[in-house]
Amino acid sequence: MTEATPRAAGHAEGAPTTLEEARDVPGARRPDRVRRVDSDGLGIAVSEWGDPGAPPLALAHGGFDFAGTFDVFAPMLADGGWRVVAWDQRGHGDSDRAHLYSWDADLRDAAAVVATLGPRPVPFVGHSKGGNLVTHLANALPHRVSALVNLDGLPSHRAMSDVADHERARRLRTEMGAWLAHRRSLVGRQRRPGTIDELAGRRGRMNPRMSPEWLRYLVTVGAEEGPEGWRWKIDPSLRMGGFGPWWPQWSLLQLPGIGVPLLGVLGLEPEVMGWGTEVDEVEPYLPAGARFEALEGVGHFVHIEQPRRVADMVLEFLS
Amino acid sequence: MSGGPAVTVVRHNRIDLALHRLADGPGRPLLLLHGLGERTPGRTPAHLRWTGPVLGLDFTGHGASTVPVGGGYTSEILVGDVDAALEHLGEPVTVLGRGLGAYIGLLSAAARPDLVHGVVLADGPGIAGGGVHPGSPSVISPAATGGPPDPFALLELARDVRPPDYARTIAGFAVEGSELEVPLWVATVVRPAWLEALVGQPGVRTGSVGGGLAYYGGVRPPEAPGAR
Repeated sequence: MTEATPRAAGHAEGAPTTLEEARDVPGARRPDRVRRVDSDGLGIAVSEWGDPGAPPLALAHGGFDFAGTFDVFAPMLADGGWRVVAWDQRGHGDSDRAHLYSWDADLRDAAAVVATLGPRPVPFVGHSKGGNLVTHLANALPHRVSALVNLDGLPSHRAMSDVADHERARRLRTEMGAWLAHRRSLVGRQRRPGTIDELAGRRGRMNPRMSPEWLRYLVTVGAEEGPEGWRWKIDPSLRMGGFGPWWPQWSLLQLPGIGVPLLGVLGLEPEVMGWGTEVDEVEPYLPAGARFEALEGVGHFVHIEQPRRVADMVLEFLS
Repeated sequence: MSGGPAVTVVRHNRIDLALHRLADGPGRPLLLLHGLGERTPGRTPAHLRWTGPVLGLDFTGHGASTVPVGGGYTSEILVGDVDAALEHLGEPVTVLGRGLGAYIGLLSAAARPDLVHGVVLADGPGIAGGGVHPGSPSVISPAATGGPPDPFALLELARDVRPPDYARTIAGFAVEGSELEVPLWVATVVRPAWLEALVGQPGVRTGSVGGGLAYYGGVRPPEAPGAR
């Protein structure tokens, strides 16, 4: 990103992007309704698009994302006849920052949201970590899930299987040190403030395939403006990785037992936030009758890069 | 000291941890790590012999430490608890861990071999964890809330996965990083797979709790290897 220059009167070339300018993205629509759900004392922010009387469809975002990342994709599903319900995972978006974070806690929060959608099972769409999450949910609470769409949320075990034991151990030790250094740094920590353009630029390093316009839009939704500028809302204590035991195949093993219609979508273009999972890794784990689409030339954020194509795929699958 | 043990508050992110000082004395401190659902005892257990100061840490959601809202426990967080205490103390300690505290002691010795001068792993609640791989996923909220101990801690930390190869790799870090020949002392009768994986490894000895404390405290010679 270029350095921000002092704001001129009116918008001049090189002047910082304003909120109004950043919000002006074709097709992007803020939720029609927002509400909060209590998950064992923690407030979870829920966004909804579409007719409140339509059948519910639940959307789960990925790690370090938030419900607002569905602001183009969700309205397409809503316009297809669904009441689309997305929630911010704990510590993300407008949900409360928690004392603690874990996989089981994320599953409980998801279940708390599902419990507000009535007694009938509902279809779930999850991206990345959200895809993995809803796949676990379909195993834990099969009576609440009627269909499952997993958008590039299938971890690869190949990345690890090529690594020699001593190298794996070295990485684990490095990660242990880095994780504890992060924990020691947390008291009073805040996200770094900046302009809309600066925050968009920082996020662009993790989302290199997204347009600057979309990244600036995300700032206006996923960050908040204070006296010192914009700050991402995500809890600064959240961090990628960790040193606990976790094998990617544990997630793949959640797939064969899925008893509802399953659509899996992979973006084949490798990128920093993706898993690098390839078709032949997933196929042996697919339950009978599952549908599987691998998208050439599309990165990890399949629903953001090609919202119309993926929304149509989902709408057709659920019809 | 009078009026019960002194308590220092150590901050770990948004959690206030209670670090109890049970006894004073010359030399290296002994840090007690309690088992799942337990808390630091009010006084040094009578069977423990240690000449230096005796301290005890209440884990997150236990004893006099903060009870979090909405759970989310992992062993990594508890290692962060211990690390906050180690940073506060700023000197090497010997660890005596019971049950869950034994596992957290092992991980802490691997993460900070310069600050953990030997771990004695003892029997106690939560020693087994949740087995060697994840069970079927489930979504359970405890009916009772409040605590301490936090019911979420009891639920989640009893499901904590502990693969034996992971435990052995972790133990290797403790052994490689330590100046001690034997940084890990297994004193448990109960040996779930993660603990069985340590026995017989270089730098790991088995014996009694008293034998381990004597070995790290330098009070008297250690027992013969393998003795119970």
